[in-house]
This record gives sequence, structure tokens and C-alpha cells, in this order.
Amino acid sequence: MLNLHKSEAWRSFRMATWLGWQIESNWADPLLFVIYSVVKPLASASILVVMYGIITDSNFTNPLFPYIYLGNAFYIYVGAVMGGVSWAVIDDREHYKTLKYMYVAPIKIQIYLLGRGVARFLTGSISVLITIVAGVLFLKVPLQLSQINFPLFFLSLFIGIIMLAMMGLLLGSITLLLVHHSFGVAEGVAGALYLFSGAIFPLEVLPAWLRPVGFAMPITYWLELLRRSLIGNVAQAFPTLVGFTNLELIGILVALSILFGIAAIFAFRWCDYRARERGLIDRVTNY
Amino acid sequence: MNNEVTTSRTDSIYAPLPKVTGWRLFIKSVIARAYPRLIGQQREKSWLFFDIFLPMLAVSAYVFVYQAIKAPEDYVGFAVMGGAMTAFWLNVLWSMSSQLYWEKEQGNLALYIIAPNQMMAILLGMAMGGMLATALRAVVIIFLGTILFNVTFVVSSFLQLFLVFILSMTALYGMGMMMASLFLLLSREAWHLSNLAQEPIYLVSGFYFPISSFPLWIAAGASIIPLTMGLDAMRQLIFKSGPSLGFVSVNLEITVLSVLCVVFLVGSKVLLDYMEKLAIREGRLTENRR
Repeated sequence: MLNLHKSEAWRSFRMATWLGWQIESNWADPLLFVIYSVVKPLASASILVVMYGIITDSNFTNPLFPYIYLGNAFYIYVGAVMGGVSWAVIDDREHYKTLKYMYVAPIKIQIYLLGRGVARFLTGSISVLITIVAGVLFLKVPLQLSQINFPLFFLSLFIGIIMLAMMGLLLGSITLLLVHHSFGVAEGVAGALYLFSGAIFPLEVLPAWLRPVGFAMPITYWLELLRRSLIGNVAQAFPTLVGFTNLELIGILVALSILFGIAAIFAFRWCDYRARERGLIDRVTNY
Repeated sequence: MNNEVTTSRTDSIYAPLPKVTGWRLFIKSVIARAYPRLIGQQREKSWLFFDIFLPMLAVSAYVFVYQAIKAPEDYVGFAVMGGAMTAFWLNVLWSMSSQLYWEKEQGNLALYIIAPNQMMAILLGMAMGGMLATALRAVVIIFLGTILFNVTFVVSSFLQLFLVFILSMTALYGMGMMMASLFLLLSREAWHLSNLAQEPIYLVSGFYFPISSFPLWIAAGASIIPLTMGLDAMRQLIFKSGPSLGFVSVNLEITVLSVLCVVFLVGSKVLLDYMEKLAIREGRLTENRR
């Protein structure tokens, strides 16, 4: 007899990943899907490249350029992973109207939601890779394989993805309770973090009273670690986090990630309970 | 006595409505479809927050990038103007182009077609209501951007500015009406295509920088989107350095926008008729492929 309980978490995650991938990719033929995955992030990066090129007379050797370019490229993960996890609630509840069935199925809902973010992580990874390769090939982003600190890069990336998934779960939990503005939450948070985390400009550019928001966000440290691991000298060009060693930055990132992770778990428990109590699991608003 | 009052009230409720036909019906349909856009959206005040807050975040990010690379002050104004215009583009994409697809998903499209009105009037109502409601958001974005980032405007001709704005909006929403017909045949792709048409259009239409930065053929090609020339003309008319960074003269841009108005409005009528027939023939008006 199958021991369903033993593998419940893994099964939830695996099936959610498969389902998420099908939803993300099977609406078009593979060629159109590839074009879709490539054009959007490249256009987004190109806006910044053109803005930078006009003002600096195409001086792409300035350390600010790789700072902006890489920050923008890796920020794709924020929208993809964080937005992907929380979007699964809206998709299943409002669009496919299947969230109630997921609740009665023998799966762990929070693990299922995290699994739904994996497909977005995969498509996001393609976008990040293509954006960076285009930057290296056509815009002379000074990325040299021999100088990349691979252990630091993969460690930072791993912690960062977990952190983003937990932030996504936190937003997904809130989304469970929202009836009217569930669509704007992930987009609004991702937009705000784009502004406050120093993704495309050093935090010093922000007004002094807004900078603490950036310092409280794990994404700020995550992006800095990724930049340092890929192009070490970029970090020295800006004073924002120059006083921190890599180890200190990892420590801060891990601590903030754990904090957000705990907040996400407790938020999910509470929001899940409230959503069941108020009958919001199968609420369809057509809003 | 009371029974008499009740009976007469019931009679008046169920009395046949005076038959409206021709242009009166057309105008009533336009107003009826514009009504929920204008009044309904204003009733939901919290929507205003998201409609203004999200574009403001993008505008702020681009303004800070310009400040980080020490751009001239007018570029901050360019970003604010571009950010305000994104509200119109998003409205055209999500509330015009994709609208018939949403209506199909929710089962309203068949009702529109059954009702004794013209689909063109429905589209026009959607466009007019959306345009006016979005104009309010755009004004707020410009106002906030101006206050937060000290943007200085030097308007050289209010008349031309008004003309450019009206022509841009007419052509843009005409384009939206045309795209709505095309989207009628789509299913899940509609969401993805609308999503895809955001950043690439922001790029090629120069929402956050002067379009003259592009090679001539790219700028000329991008001019098929009315906001490209509309935004360029508006920047030339309201910023000190605008004319020196303009793509072509304002007068030429007004001429091109006028041509686009005619092309898109006529095109939308032709395409709508064709697509409606095609969709009916292929039985796709009520299908729901998620």
C-alpha cells in the first residue's frame, strides 16, 4: 500500500512544479515561447542601456554600468520567484478555480505554492542568462569566467532564491485574504523593492530618509553578493556596502532570509486559517 | 387606491422602452459602455492607488537612474512624462485590446452581439471611457512627478500641445479598437501577448528617453505606435531642450498622427466586421479555452 503521508511534501512540490511548468509554457508553440522569454527581459534591460548610453556618451567602461546591468538582470528573479509563488493563489482561485480542489487533495498547500514558483524560476533563469550573455557579447559587461567567484555566486544565488520564495509565500498568504487587490500586491511589492534595494542605482542616490528601507531588505545584500561574485571591482566603486566583507554580507542575508522565512510560515498559518474561516478559498470575484 | 398606484408603477416598469435606432442607438451604446469605465472606476477609489502607485514606482526608479548618471534636468521630466503616458498604453493593452477576450471569458461577448447595437459603438464607448478615466491618473502622475522631482515645464504652444494630445489619444485608442478585434480570436495567448507588449514598446517608443536617440529607421518604424510621435511632440512643446532632442518637427508629427487616426479608426471598423464574421463562423465567440 502506498504510504502517501510519508512523501506528501515532496509529492506536493514535484506535482506543483510540473503543473506550473505546463501552465507557463504550453500556451504557445516552443518558438513563440522562447521569443516571449527572451524579448521581454532584453527590452527591459535595453531601456536602461539606452538611457545610460545617451547620457554618458556610451561610456560602458564606467563601473556604474555593470552595476546597473547586473542588478537589473538578477532582479528578474524577484518578479519571477516572488511573484510566481504569490500569483499561484490568484491563478488557482480566480482563473482556474481549482484552489478549493487543491485544498481537499492530500498535499501541503504551502509546499504546493512554493512548487508553483519553480516554473517561474526556470523561465526566469533563462531570461537572466540571456540578458547577461547579451550584455557580455554586445555591451562589454566586464565578466570574465576566470575571475568569477563561483562558490560565492552559487551560494548567494541559492540563499537568494530560498529568500525570494519565502517572500513569495508571505505575499501569497496575504493574497489568500485579499479579494479586491490581489492582482496588484506582488507587482506593487516587486516595484517598490526595485526602487529600494539598489537594483539599478546605488542606495546613496535615494533621499537619506528612504535608505533605511533598502538596508532592511535582504535583496539589497543578495544583489551586492551576486555583483561581487561576478565582478569584484564593481563593489569597490560604490560606498553603500563597501564596509562589509563577503562573509558579513552572507551573514546578514541569511539572517534576514530566516526572519522573512519565519514571518512567511506564521503568516501563512494565520492567513490560511482566516481564509478558511471566512470562506475565501473558493471566492471568485472577476474583479 | 394603493393597488392602483402599484399597478400603474408596475405598468410603467414593464412598459416597452421607446425604440431607439440609428445614430441615437449608437450614441446610447457608446455612453452605456463608457459609463462603467468612468463612473464604475471612480467608485472603486482603491484602484486609483494601484493605477498611480505602480507607474510612479517605475518613474521614480528611472528618475533615480538619471540622477545616478548625472543626466540633465530635462531628462527627469522626460521620464515623468513617459511614465504618465504608460498609463494610457497599459489601458489600451489591458482594457481595450484584451477586453473582448475578457468579455468572452466571462460570457458577456455573446450578449453584446445578441443585443441590438453595433460592436463599433461598444468599442468606442470602451475607448472613450477608458481614455477619460486614464487621463485623470496620468494627470496625477505628472503632478506627483513634478512635485517630487522638481520638473520644470516651458510650454511653447498650448494649442499645439492640446492638438497633439487629442490626436495621439484618438490614434492610440483607434489602434486599441483595432487590436481588440484581433484579440477576439485569441485565448490564453491574449494575456501573454499583452504582457509581452509592455517593455518592448516602452523601449522602441522612447517612453523614458528621446526617440531621436535611435537610428532613423527604428524611430520611423516605431512611429506606427501613436505614442511614439505623440510623446516626442509633447516633449518638444513642454521642455526647454525638447526641440533640440526632437525626432522630426512638431508639424510633421501632427500630420502623421492625423493620418494614423484615420487609418486606425477605419482599420478597426473593417477588422471588427471581418473578425466578428470569422469568430462566428468558427464558433469561437463563446469558447473558453483556459
